[in-house]
Order: sequence, then C-alpha cells, then structure tokens
Amino acid sequence: MTTASHELAQSPPRMTSRLDGELLEVSMGPQHPSTHGVFRMNVALDGEIVVKLKPVFGYLHRNHEKIGESTSYLGSMPYTDRLDYFCSMTNNWAYALSVEKLADIEVPERAEYLRVILAELTRLQNHASLLGFLLSDMGAWGTPLMYAFREREKILDLFESLSGSRMMCDYMRFGGCRVDAGPDWMERAKKVVDAFPRFLDEFEKLIVSNEILIVRTQEVGKMSAELAINAGITGPMLRACGVNYDLRKVDGYGVYPRFKFRVPLGDHGDCYDRLMMRALEMRESIGILKQAFEQLPAGPIMNPKVKLRAFRPPVGEAYGRIEGPKGELGFYLISDGSPNPYRYRVRPPSFINLTVLEDLCLGHTVADVMVILGSIDIVMGEVDR
Amino acid sequence: MIGSGILKGMAVTARNFIGSYFEADRLITVQYPEERSPLPENYRNFPFLIYDTDDAEAGLRCVACKICEKECPPQCIYITKSNDKKPDYLGKPQFYPAVFDIDISVCMSCQICVEVCPFEAIKMDKVFELSRRERFDALLFRKRELAKSNTYYHRIHPVEAAEVDAKLAEAAAKKRPAEPAPSAVATPSPRTSA
Repeated sequence: MTTASHELAQSPPRMTSRLDGELLEVSMGPQHPSTHGVFRMNVALDGEIVVKLKPVFGYLHRNHEKIGESTSYLGSMPYTDRLDYFCSMTNNWAYALSVEKLADIEVPERAEYLRVILAELTRLQNHASLLGFLLSDMGAWGTPLMYAFREREKILDLFESLSGSRMMCDYMRFGGCRVDAGPDWMERAKKVVDAFPRFLDEFEKLIVSNEILIVRTQEVGKMSAELAINAGITGPMLRACGVNYDLRKVDGYGVYPRFKFRVPLGDHGDCYDRLMMRALEMRESIGILKQAFEQLPAGPIMNPKVKLRAFRPPVGEAYGRIEGPKGELGFYLISDGSPNPYRYRVRPPSFINLTVLEDLCLGHTVADVMVILGSIDIVMGEVDR
Repeated sequence: MIGSGILKGMAVTARNFIGSYFEADRLITVQYPEERSPLPENYRNFPFLIYDTDDAEAGLRCVACKICEKECPPQCIYITKSNDKKPDYLGKPQFYPAVFDIDISVCMSCQICVEVCPFEAIKMDKVFELSRRERFDALLFRKRELAKSNTYYHRIHPVEAAEVDAKLAEAAAKKRPAEPAPSAVATPSPRTSA
C-alpha cells in the first residue's frame, strides 16, 4: 500500500474535514450480504477510508483436522469435499495425493488423466463463479452471476452424472478414482468444453472494457510481489503480482508435464489483474482439457493392490500439494501405523491468502473492501475448517 | 470513448436475453416442482437396504456384519445383531439385523457404506424430497423404511444392478452348483414408491 495510508494507520489520523474527529468502527459481517460466507471484518473508518481492519473468523469451524485424526484414511475423503465446497474434486485429489505419497501407491494412467480432466473442469467452474461473485460484489447484481452459474451448472451436471453428487463429489480414492467415465460422458464433457470459450468471449466483452469495473478495480488493493511471497500467497493472487509460480509447472504432479500450457502472469497486482488472471487461466484450462481428452488412455482406474478398508499406511509423514483453483492446497499427514492418521493438517489456500487482507485494504474506501475481499477468492468452509 | 465498454456489455446482455427465446443453450431454467430434469444413473443421496424375495424381513441381504457401521464417517448407522440365525434368501442360516437404523439427518451421502459392504446389501437411493415436519424420529429411518426390493434397485440404477446381480449369481453358482441362481429380477415387488 502507499506510504500515506500506512501513516494514516499508525499515527493518529489527521482530521481535515471531520465534524467530531472520531473513528467509526463498523462490524462488517458475519451476515453482510456480500461477505463470502460467515466472515466478519471489524473495520475502523476515518470518514470513508479504512484505517484498520481486523478479520474475525471461526464461525464455520467444524474441527475438520481433529475429525480427520479420528476417522480412517478412507473416511476422511468425503470430509475433504466440505473444505472448499466449490472445488471438491481438487480437494479429493490433494488428499489422495498425500496418502499416495505416504503409502507409496501408484496410480494408473487413466485415473491420472481423469483427475486432470476433473481438476481442470473444477478450475473452470470455480473461476467462472468467482468472476460472477466479484461482479455482484461491485453492484452488478444478478446478471453476470447468473451467466457464470449457467456455465457452472453444465459442469456440475457432468460431476453429478459421474460421481453422483453435484458438489460433494467424493470421487477420488488413494490409488485411483471411484467410477470410470464412459464414452458418452466424455462426449458430453467435450461438448461442454467446446462451448465454454463462447461464454468466456461474452463474459470478457461484458467486463474487460467496462468503465465502471475498471474504475472500481484498477489500482485497488495493490499487492507487491515481496509482500505476496513473504505472506505465503499462492495461486492466481500470487501470479497477479507477476511471480511465476504454478505448482502444475513447479511440481509437475500427476501427468501435468505432458500438457502444453502457459501460466498467465499479472503486472500490477491489483484487483483488475487478479480478475483477469482468472479469465486467462480458464482459457489455459480449456487447452489442457482438450489435450487430455485426446491423450486419454484406456485401462484400469484403480490400483488393485490398494485396500481401501482398514487401510494402514507405514509409519512416516507426507505432504502432498496441488495447484487448486485458489492456490496451493496441501495435506500434511503423519502416520503412526494405525488406521487413523496421527496428525492431519490442511494447508488451505484461501485462509493463507486472506491474511493479507488488511494490507490490501488500508487507505481504500469501505466499498473497495468488498471488491478486494471478492478478488481474494475465499470460501469459508476452507478458511475456518 | 467513455461509455463504449458499458454499451458493449449491454449488447451482450441483449444477445443473451433475445437468445434465450431461441437457443436451448441459453435458456436452461427448469421450473422445478412442475418440471424435473431426469436424475443421472449415478445419482446418490441416502442408503437403503436391499431385499430379494417378496418378504422384506426374510429377504434382507444384510447379515449384520457391522462393517458399514464401523466405516461410516459420521457414524449415522446403528445396528444390533440378532441372537438367532435365520435362513437368508439363499437358504443359508445367517444372522440378521434385529435393529438397523440410519439417521439421515446425520448421513452425508458419501457412499462409503456401499463401497465397503461385502454382501451388496446396502445401496444408494435416489429419493430426495424427504422434508419432514418432525426433526427427530421422522428423520431416523428404521429397518422397515430402509428395506426396498431388488426390483426397485433395478429401476433406479439399471446398469449397476445388472452388474451386481450377475456377480451374485456367479458367486452363488460357484458355492452351490446344484441349486439355480437366485432369480431376484423376476420377483415382482408390490413396492412402487419412488
């Protein structure tokens, strides 16, 4: 943030045109219509300018990690759906990946491709709905969100016909996937992916050159690359600051090294860049999906050696991480050889991305707080766990 | 020019509005209680117990092994094993569940009970309109409400049910080659509630 606003935050605010010179404390949330879930911000305002912001969360705390330590390895899988309920497929994958690392399990090739297809579809629907939410935060109530949800619904229908549930997919297992996708499902998925660029073109026309959107987002909530790296920001938020860090390239987990795709990078690190980052990533995801459909091999989808019930991994620890739509999603597991993990820890991207909220908001107006919060892309199921 | 971006956006909105009268792709709203989109074959929400013959008590495939009770992540299944044995649908004496309750206000539809059941006795149902006026007993499904016929299973998951029947027939043929495989599909069921 600019130095002026930091001075404002530390020194007693200089009153220029105030009547009484007092700071106004506003409690935004937990049920503010635009807050993304049950999230509260205690904001101190000087006029309309934010001088202090204290996030309060925990309203949705469900003891996820402790539950993970008392259920079996298989039993934790459906709970991971409930972390970031927009992206259950990528949550499943991250958890499956860390168990696979822990017990040294190999995954059949077809299952790896299915995982890539489903993870990229998840990215499409997450980013599409994020853009819709962000616009409705800015006052474009309804229309853009409905357009985004129309596309998201097509992808959720695909998830439903494959896994049985629209959002709580519970699809992946350590050692593969639960159900195979038949040829007719693939045809439907291809159709959805082929039709997606039309939505993107329209949506970009709707937003990219819109003057109101530009005024509301450019130079708002600027983040420097240093701050982003020091705070552990990942995902599109980090890349909007121009830091080239995408786990799909860095780790090359799954079969991602086989696909050709580019990592979009921002320049300014403001809300507009973060917004465009999502739009550009969707285009790259479509490219990955098309390649995956072409290369998809036949074969089994489950490693036959894996025993899901009464699964006991060897003593040890593992950290599996993937590039979720919101950033680096990791699961850290310590096994003591029993059927339950000794320690089960989630590294949720939206929680860690949320830690810089105050730095981004200082010096901006209270209306900008909503835009900045929206551009961070949080889901409270994951933040509070 | 200032305002051209907004005009472009308006054009998109207009195209969507007019297109919604002509393109099926743009008008996707389903007017729910009157119209219903068909549920996919794999759709799941709550578990039910399968019985084979006409008798919902005697034909239950469940042998009260309690594996699902143990594996259920939110612990919503409650089973009491019988003290006596009675012949199952194959005629083999087996234990049976004296009590089999599923609290569907706790169940999270994860399908793990189905995956771990070695007897193909518990499957996922497709019924979703389950609102009740009372929140305790009405949402605790007893054995009587949970038991549904194999015919019903065939109707809601045709492909999966055919696979399961083939697998059971094969196992039965292996075990006792003298007797014919259970012809569960042929038995009509009086139960038609969907």
